[in-house]
Parts: sequence; C-alpha cells; structure tokens
Amino acid sequence: MRLIDLVLKELWHRKSQLTSGLLAITLGIGVIVGIRTISVVSEKAVAVNLDNLGANILVLPQATSVDNYYSADIDAPTFPESYVEKIVTSTLPGVDNMSPKLTRRVKIGNENIVLTGILPKSEIASKPIWQQGGIIGKKVNASCAPKPGAAPAKYIDPKLQRKGIDDLAESDCFIGTAVAQRLKLKENSTLTIEGKDFTVVKLLPETGTVDDDRVFANLHAVQKLLGTGEQISAIEIMGCCSQISDGLLSKLRNVLPDTRITTIGQIVSTQIETNRMMNKISLVFLIIILFVGSISIGNYIWANVNERRKEIGILRMIGYHKRHIYYILVLKALIMGIVGGIAGYIVGTLAAVWLGPQFIGIVVSPIYTLLLLSIGLSIFISVLGSLIPAYMAGKIEPFSNMQED
Amino acid sequence: MLIQINNLTKTYQRHDGAINAVDNLSLDIPKGSFVTITGASGSGKTTLLLILGGLLQPTSGKMSYNARELDLLKEKDMATFRSNHVGFVMQSFALVPYLTALENISIALNVKDKDNDKNRKRALELLEWVGLSDRTTHYPKELSAGQQQRVAIARALANNPDLLLADEPTGNLDPSLSEEILGILKDINQKQGTTVVMVTHSPMAAEYGDTKIQLKNGKLHTNEKV
Repeated sequence: MRLIDLVLKELWHRKSQLTSGLLAITLGIGVIVGIRTISVVSEKAVAVNLDNLGANILVLPQATSVDNYYSADIDAPTFPESYVEKIVTSTLPGVDNMSPKLTRRVKIGNENIVLTGILPKSEIASKPIWQQGGIIGKKVNASCAPKPGAAPAKYIDPKLQRKGIDDLAESDCFIGTAVAQRLKLKENSTLTIEGKDFTVVKLLPETGTVDDDRVFANLHAVQKLLGTGEQISAIEIMGCCSQISDGLLSKLRNVLPDTRITTIGQIVSTQIETNRMMNKISLVFLIIILFVGSISIGNYIWANVNERRKEIGILRMIGYHKRHIYYILVLKALIMGIVGGIAGYIVGTLAAVWLGPQFIGIVVSPIYTLLLLSIGLSIFISVLGSLIPAYMAGKIEPFSNMQED
Repeated sequence: MLIQINNLTKTYQRHDGAINAVDNLSLDIPKGSFVTITGASGSGKTTLLLILGGLLQPTSGKMSYNARELDLLKEKDMATFRSNHVGFVMQSFALVPYLTALENISIALNVKDKDNDKNRKRALELLEWVGLSDRTTHYPKELSAGQQQRVAIARALANNPDLLLADEPTGNLDPSLSEEILGILKDINQKQGTTVVMVTHSPMAAEYGDTKIQLKNGKLHTNEKV
C-alpha cells in the first residue's frame, strides 16, 4: 500500500472535514477567479470601446495648438510624411493602426470647407517597409482588442467613427453631411477644388463633429493640389489602451522628439483608472485570501493532526520516519490544493459569467489560462498552510497509542 | 544475547519533582526467549518496553542489540531499527481505523519494501496464518476484539522481526480470547524462534513466559527463569 493510497483513504474517511476544508479553498480561489475574470474581460471591453472611438493618439507638429482634439490638425504646421515610417520601423507595441493626414481650409465657391488628405489602407499596404513593420494585418494584442480571426468590433457610437478608409483613388473624395448640404452634393457628384475635379464616392454619416465639414481626399492628391510636397499635418494613431497606460505616448515622443503627441486624455485616463482599480481590488483580495486561506487550511490540517495523533503514533511505531509523516500531510494539502483550485476556478468562472452581465453589463467568457493559475495558487496556499501542522505532527511520539503506567 | 541493557534510567520531570520510572536497571534478554514483565501500576513496565522497542529515549544507560550498541538518541536510526527488527502488539490493537485488515498489514510492509504485489501476497499469508483469510477487506470496526488483535499480531510479524513486544495484549479480551492470543504468541516464540517480551498484569498470562521479570519502583525485583 503506497502512501498516496493511505492519504486518499484518509481523505475519504473524513468526508465532512474534507468538505469543509475544500469549501474554504474553493471559495477563496473562486473569489479571486471571479474578480480576475471580470477584471480581464472588463479591460478588453474598455479596449474595444477605445478602438471603436477610432484614433486615440494624435501626432502633431510641435507648434500646434491642441485645444480641440478633433480639429487640432486644421491649418496646423506640417512635418515630413516619412515620420510614419519612423513609427512603423520602431515596432512599438500597442500601435494598432495609423492614418497620416494633411488638412487645410479651402474655399469652394463662397463656402469655407476643410479639406483633409488621408492615406487609404490600400496605399499603406503597398509600401513594403510598412508591411515589414507589421501595421498591415498586424495581430492585435489580445489584451486590448479582439483576437485575430474574430469578427471586427462594431462601432458602438457611429458619430465617433474615425477609422481608416480602405480605398480612395486620387480623383475620388468622401464628404461630410454639412458639406453635402452646403454645396448640394450627392454621391457621384463632381466637386472641383482648386481647379481639380473629384468624384464624390461616399456621403459620410453625420458625426456632430468638425468631420461633418470635411472633404476627405487622397493624401497624395491633396499634397499635389496644395503644393506642400510630402508633408503632412498630423498622424492619427489607434493606440492600445493598456499600452497607452504603459507609456506608449512617451515612447512615441522618443521616436519623434520634434512633434507634439496627445491623446483623448479624459476618456483614456478614466478607463485606465477603472482598470487599475479593478487590478488593485484583485490584488487586495489575493493578499487577503492568501492569508485567510493559508490560516484556514493550517487550522484544518492542525485539527486533523490532533484527531490523528494516535494514528500518526501507530505509523511512527511501525517504523515510519518523520519525513513520511511530513510527506503524508503535505501530500494531503497538495491534493486538496489541486481539487480546490479546479473547483474554485469553476465556481469563480460560473459566478463571473452569471454576475458579469447583471452587474456591469458585459458578457463574460471563461478565461482558461486562469485554471492553471488557480491550481497553482491553491496548491501554494494549501501547502503553505500545512507546513507548520506537518512539522508539529512529526514531533508526535511513536508511543502516543500506548498508555504509560 | 539479543538485548543487553546496562544501568538504564528514565526520569520524568513532574510538577512535584523528578520520578525515575526505570531506575538504573540492567537486564539481558536471550534470543528466542519469552519474557513476561509484571509489576504494579507505575512500576515502569511499559516504560521499559518502550525503551526496548526504540520508542522512547532513556535518560541514561546503554542498550545493545545483537551485541551492537544502539544510539538511542538518533530518532532516524531508531525508526529504522523498529521497522527492521521489532514488532509491536498493543492492548488497544493500534489499528488504523480507515484501513482494511489487509491494508493495516500492508502499511507495515511498505516501510521496507515498495513492491505492492509482493506486500499484498505477504499480507494475505499472514492473515491466513492468524486465521483471518476471510476478513481481508474488513475494517477494524467490523472485526471482533479478538480478530483485531490477531490482525495486530499479523502486522507485528510482517517484517519478520527478531523481537516481538506486547503491551497488555490481552487487556481488552475475555479469558477464552486471551488464551487464544497468548497461544498465538507462544507459537510465534516456539515455532519461529522470535523473542517475545510481554508486559502484563495477568498472572495467568505471565505463566506463558520462560523468563518472568517483576519490577518494583523501576528496579528489577525478581528475574526468574522457568
């Protein structure tokens, strides 16, 4: 009969004790898993929401005013288009998408409108060096956006839709709703700007921002039209929210020291603060459960040792060494840790999946990697709690089952 | 000589002063003998038995086993000594409650040999020898007192000990069962040549010994060879 068989038989023999011991571990681990699952899913939800807001970082020339994030690029000074390559070749993590822009006010008839040159994705994709940098078809970091292959996130607020445009020929343009109304334009109308004809290929939905007053044309066409050469007035970047909190802005400043880099500060900082708070709560619970869990298990094993004094004495009497006694008790804690870790993961995940939509309005999916962490943590708590009782059990004299005259 | 003890003393510190449970005692136990130890309560019988079995460290004195002096202070060595050379039979049977008769014997075998199949075969042989081959899967609570003591004897013999120590083995048994258990111990002594040392209150049980020792206040009072 192996010692593991002895441990399993003893566990089964004292089922009520086993149940209460396991319950303590399961609940402790369940709380950590539940909070962590909601926290991680919440972070992802925040990241997707930020993605949906579109570009959240703006690179501008040093002298630009940034009073209004959405109109900061209008009539701003310029910098070379090659700055885009600098960002791409730096391979900074968290830069998910980029859009270089050149914006100027122009007069069409009697109307002042804003002309913005943008680089469609198809042109960005045609540049080998940019592909090398990984921006096109880049695998989005799992911590901040849906996994590769997953359906793209749907825009929650269409007014804030500012994502990149796939194709835009040099003779085509998109126009905002205000421009369409003021110039009485429809799709397929021809719009003449500074003597060049553009075909309106799309009327953009109303956003309630300065974008409604914009005409979007191909960047290179606008550069030629305005005679600026390969200059741009801004680069919009979709940065990953968690990376922004990890200092993406300062890293970008290192790459482009003579630029002004700003973000949608309030939105990002609020969301980041929420995530940080969730992480802090997780940590606090983790510390509490480490203490309480270890003490509970220690108490349980200690009660178990006291109940088994005679039995431990028998084992010592028939020749078992102290190390065998330590082994038996730590092995028991290990088994309880494994079972408690698995049960705690299941309980915590089920609780998160059930409570997530009800309390914070997000759909929570199980995080399978937490299973290994749960088991590891549970084993750590259990074994830690068992060390002192095991040591004390080793001190039980082998004649504990005999009566002294 | 299987065991020689010289000037053995075991002192217990109590609130009202020190008491010598065994007091400067010297004794030889020959191989193959059946020694019975009697004496009033507190005479030091069980303390002496515990020291002989390597379960308790004496305060002073020496003990030799097969002419080799034992380091009674080394706990690890004494555990090995117990598993290799000594079998124990207790008044309260000392069986593990959640293990079957077969498993109670197997755990003793497991200390020396991890071969499960071999240990199981040996445990079955022992149970058959004590007449319990039909009780292998019974738990202690499912066995009568006499049957439990027979399982305890089978366990004590598991590793073929040279020395079998019995502490009041018939203390919890009625007279007919007592005679049955004492008969088994006598058989072990005579047929297998195992040295038996038995502590008892019972004059009837003491009659089974070929050497009768009586202790008084931790000292040897009589040492009578039959």
